[in-house]
Amino acid sequence: MRKLAPRLISAIGLLLAVLVLNFLLIHAAPGDPVQVIVGDMGGASPQLIAQMKAQYGLDKPLPVQLGLYLWQVLHGNFGYSVYFNMPVLDLILQRLPATIVLVLSSLILAVVIGTLLGIFSARRPRGILSHLVTLVSLFGFSAPVFWTGIMLTILFASVIPIFPVSGMFSVRDTGGFFAQTLDLLRHLVLPSVTLASIYIATYSRLARAAMLDVLGADYIRTARAKGLSERRVVFGHALRNGLIPIVTMVGLQFGQLLAGAVLVETVFNWPGLGRLAFDSILRRDYSTLLAILFFSAILVMVANALTDLAYRWIDPRIGGGRTRKATKTPAAPGSKSPGPAKG
Amino acid sequence: MDPVLQIKDLKVEVDTGTAVHSVLDGVTLTLRRGQTLAVVGESGCGKSMTALSAMGLLPDRFRIAAGQILLGEEDLVQVRPQRLRALRGNAMSMIFQEPMTSLNPVLTVERQIAEVVELHQDKTGAQAREIALEMLRAVQIPSPETRLAAYPHELSGGMRQRVMIAIALACRPRVIIADEPTTALDVTVQAQIFRLLRELQMQTDTAIMLITHDMGAVAEMADEVAVLYAGKCIEAGPAAQLLAAPAHPYTSGLMACTPKLRLGRAALTAPARGLGEIPGMVPPLGQFPPACRFAPRCARATEKCHATPPETVRLGPDHETLCWHPNEAREAAPAC
Repeated sequence: MRKLAPRLISAIGLLLAVLVLNFLLIHAAPGDPVQVIVGDMGGASPQLIAQMKAQYGLDKPLPVQLGLYLWQVLHGNFGYSVYFNMPVLDLILQRLPATIVLVLSSLILAVVIGTLLGIFSARRPRGILSHLVTLVSLFGFSAPVFWTGIMLTILFASVIPIFPVSGMFSVRDTGGFFAQTLDLLRHLVLPSVTLASIYIATYSRLARAAMLDVLGADYIRTARAKGLSERRVVFGHALRNGLIPIVTMVGLQFGQLLAGAVLVETVFNWPGLGRLAFDSILRRDYSTLLAILFFSAILVMVANALTDLAYRWIDPRIGGGRTRKATKTPAAPGSKSPGPAKG
Repeated sequence: MDPVLQIKDLKVEVDTGTAVHSVLDGVTLTLRRGQTLAVVGESGCGKSMTALSAMGLLPDRFRIAAGQILLGEEDLVQVRPQRLRALRGNAMSMIFQEPMTSLNPVLTVERQIAEVVELHQDKTGAQAREIALEMLRAVQIPSPETRLAAYPHELSGGMRQRVMIAIALACRPRVIIADEPTTALDVTVQAQIFRLLRELQMQTDTAIMLITHDMGAVAEMADEVAVLYAGKCIEAGPAAQLLAAPAHPYTSGLMACTPKLRLGRAALTAPARGLGEIPGMVPPLGQFPPACRFAPRCARATEKCHATPPETVRLGPDHETLCWHPNEAREAAPAC
């Protein structure tokens, strides 16, 4: 926790960079929000367009616009969404939970199923199951998310209609908290599985490689020499070591997962940030888009911070560890050993 | 003294996918209570495979083709896997060569010791912790209370090997197999570890199978010695006798390869003899010579050695060798 201050400073710097870069990128993109608005109104005179530009501050030079925007954001004002007709911040906070539910459930699904598949195929690397996992992984990895989504929609909309294929809740009120949660879970199945499918593939490959490596380690032989059952050897001794590369991957891939959520939310009409991003790009709703990118950046940063914490929990060699440091000298490359204690 | 572990005519094979090779070919060893049996030989002679066979920890593709491994009355080759697991870490345990990598990096020392006790002796958390502490004291780790919470990376190599010994001893096994326990350690630490093993052995009457290629360690530790070469036991006998008068040319070759310090007067008077070496290498698996396996590297080899497998020659009550031309008495060591 000593390193909290520098981390916080670098996080703020990063967020600032995200804002500035995205602001400039969006302004470099073709399309004019005023045109979209007046287009909805059925056309307008050049005077009205100029008046609206002045009203929204779009007639000012770009650096001034940027400065004004940053000043407003600093005060928690992300602007007003013309299309959705409400403050952007309210809009985002309304949509954020849906995305978090979707992304987290997919992540958990992908990590748990992927890791388990990886473990089983690493236990018998030449067995049938191992080859099957490789094959399914390859398939999951190659299929684009939106295609998987559409296929699942077709399958569950017409062939076996057991899961709803659109939205987050049923339209009619389903009653109490428990019923609502159940309803949410039913709606969550398809989007979550779709988003997870590609990552299940990634994690099963990764876990397989990591576990193959770990199961060949000397300390696994020690664990077996203790008389532990295979189950305890694998889950008690090997898994925690094998989790290290998997956790790394979770941190790295969180951003991609959010990007995947845009597609999945669009396909399944899931009322989250991804769907909102899609809509606001179509509507040239720049203040909403900027805020979405800003909050996505925050989500990724939070995910990375959590990954770091998870690291420390899994591997005591990383960071300060949980115990008093017994080492005085820094570890030599290749060996993590030297300690003050004599043999 | 009553035998604790007897390996009888053990044959181990490896299936490489294209061929089946013999790894151990009729190894016979006896380990007695409270004694140390040193199993010596170069790398690739089958020492570690003998140990892993006894523990039932042979790697993939290796299998026991014939023979018996008797722990007391029980034949470990025949018992069910569950029974073997119940014995492993409990009635017999193993200390490995690499203390740096043999401990789980993400578990505390306490967990790694307590685990065995909980598993085999039905001890609860607090009792297991107490035993773990007791074991750390027994292996003479300073300030054991604080070391319980340490992770392996916070300990030096010698300390880690002490922790390994603590794990091995935690259930008071009848047999400890130490596979080159000091090879990865500093010389000064080696001596400490050997002394520790000796002391603990005297307290607990445990039988130790010491696998090593260091004849100095043999001289220091062993009561009995078995020399392995290319999957065969080529000489076995009481340590004192075997070291004083090695019968097999390979044994004397190994001894000539051990440097001796000559200090003071001896350094001035005795003629300096260079450090010996055995020419050639241990034949790779599947390419063992048909008759005497050592013949291609042996200075004493004759036609007969290349043509006919040697027979066992008895040199003393327990001293045997597998050679056509054993050193009967204190002949000069062969040039090597």
